[in-house]
Amino acid sequence: MDIQKILERHSPEPDNMLNILHDLQDANLQNYLPEESLRQVARYLNTTLSAVYGVVNYYTMFSTKPRGKYIIRLCQSPVCHLMGSETVLESVKKLLGVELDEPAADGLFSLELSECLGICDVAPAMMIGEDIYGHLSEANISKIISEIREKEMSANSSK
Amino acid sequence: MAEEKRVVLKNIGITDPESIDDYIAAGGYSAFRKALAMDGPGLIDNLIESGLRGRGGAGFSAGLKNRFTSEACLSCENRYVVCNADEGEPGTYKDRIIMENDPHIYLEGMVIAAWAIKATKGFVYIRGEYGLSIRRTQMAVNDMRKYGFLGNDILGSGFSFDIEIKKGAGSYLCGEELTLLESLEGKRGYPRIKPPFPAEKGLWGSPTLINNVETLACLPSIISNGARWYKSMGTEKSPGTKVFTISGPVKRPGYYEVEMGTTLRSLIFDFAGGMQDGKSFRAAILGGAAGTFVDDSMLDTGMGFDLLKEKGATLGSGAIIVMDKSMSVWEMLNSILRFFEHESCGKCVPCRAGSKHLLLLMEEIKKSGNGKEALNARLIRQAEIMEKTSLCPLGQSHIMPIRTAVRYFPDLQ
Repeated sequence: MDIQKILERHSPEPDNMLNILHDLQDANLQNYLPEESLRQVARYLNTTLSAVYGVVNYYTMFSTKPRGKYIIRLCQSPVCHLMGSETVLESVKKLLGVELDEPAADGLFSLELSECLGICDVAPAMMIGEDIYGHLSEANISKIISEIREKEMSANSSK
Repeated sequence: MAEEKRVVLKNIGITDPESIDDYIAAGGYSAFRKALAMDGPGLIDNLIESGLRGRGGAGFSAGLKNRFTSEACLSCENRYVVCNADEGEPGTYKDRIIMENDPHIYLEGMVIAAWAIKATKGFVYIRGEYGLSIRRTQMAVNDMRKYGFLGNDILGSGFSFDIEIKKGAGSYLCGEELTLLESLEGKRGYPRIKPPFPAEKGLWGSPTLINNVETLACLPSIISNGARWYKSMGTEKSPGTKVFTISGPVKRPGYYEVEMGTTLRSLIFDFAGGMQDGKSFRAAILGGAAGTFVDDSMLDTGMGFDLLKEKGATLGSGAIIVMDKSMSVWEMLNSILRFFEHESCGKCVPCRAGSKHLLLLMEEIKKSGNGKEALNARLIRQAEIMEKTSLCPLGQSHIMPIRTAVRYFPDLQ
């Protein structure tokens, strides 16, 4: 990943900080912002590392720790909570063998809780990357996860 | 069956959201052309006359907001229009529906507003999780540039204006207008002290008009059909239509655009098909987390800003979260307060400490068998202090769900 190239998609104005951080994180295979990237952002925007870190640290979508290739954002906000998101959380944890906010051993999935994702009509719901999954139950979660795993395995074997 | 009245959502399912030609064929950008032939003050008078009120939740006159912004600091070099697309109020997804399915309608509203107030630049601030909304809006903006609706000397009018998209990154508070501006400037999402209002001192200290997606999406129809047409819909004090998003154990959860003043009963039992089989209605939360609980005594109240306010409830963003008899009010209220505690930014003490204290009180209430009354009073007292002393609307919101939960369900079971 050429960090400089990504930086140069944006003019070096302070208000481009969030868009730059998004682009860098999206381009990172482990979905996170390593310290070296943040240093480059600081240099590019002519500000301090602490100022960049302060921004990164405020917003829940940014991470300074490596994450899985797929980020599962499980909604825990009132509607999903009421429709059973806690049970769903337990199922996902069991299925992936992970705790919250730590990547799975295979590096494929990270599980995070999220506030309202605006998909309340299909609560309880979650997003994996940009894809929306609703009406979650133990049965369909297992199907969703195994489909992604299969897709990854066939992509790897065809390499 | 009751029918929707689609104004904001009129193109949904009809036009291809990724095709500007489709939008134009459906009459798109004719309102903008019409607006360009009018002068700014005349346009703004039209908006004021229509009675349109902000759809983000506060319900302030959209026309007056335009006027204040257009008249503020005439010597200022820059004037901005910002579209608040940082939808995050629990139970609300109307803006996502608009952005994903008909991005041009709110962008047309945005260029109309920009012309009215003579804005120099526009920004759409979209929450980072709304990937499809971001992509479709970006595509629409690119097409607008190609077709000459953005850029220099737009359609030969001498007016120049462009729109840039800024992504949020996961913060409910950034949906609050002044916090949104901080975030848009590339900073941590900490609220600013109000006043000054953004109309006076907004983005980089310049006059700034901030409108919600749905508000902007109303503009093309109002300009095309006239203020009188718009006022013929809805109620006297809340004219027009509103997109409601219904969630919970109803048969058809989803989005419905109806005239303001439609009853809660009609929305839940006609449009959303009533409760799922075997379930019966217990409560609804109107307006999201920063909203109000109601029980069945409120079902025949019309959904309008003032009709609800008179009865101590709020329309807010148009979220309707339905609860059935098996669901616990304590669970719901606790979930709302946990949400607020998570989203409190920590800048001011009343909200930072108060939101934690409220959760402790909720635990006490859960443990106490009898004598909840005294604890309820402490809960309300704490939230009232926060309402009076917090810096921004977040810390001032806790009182709404708390007061109404206690009013209708004093045992909080």
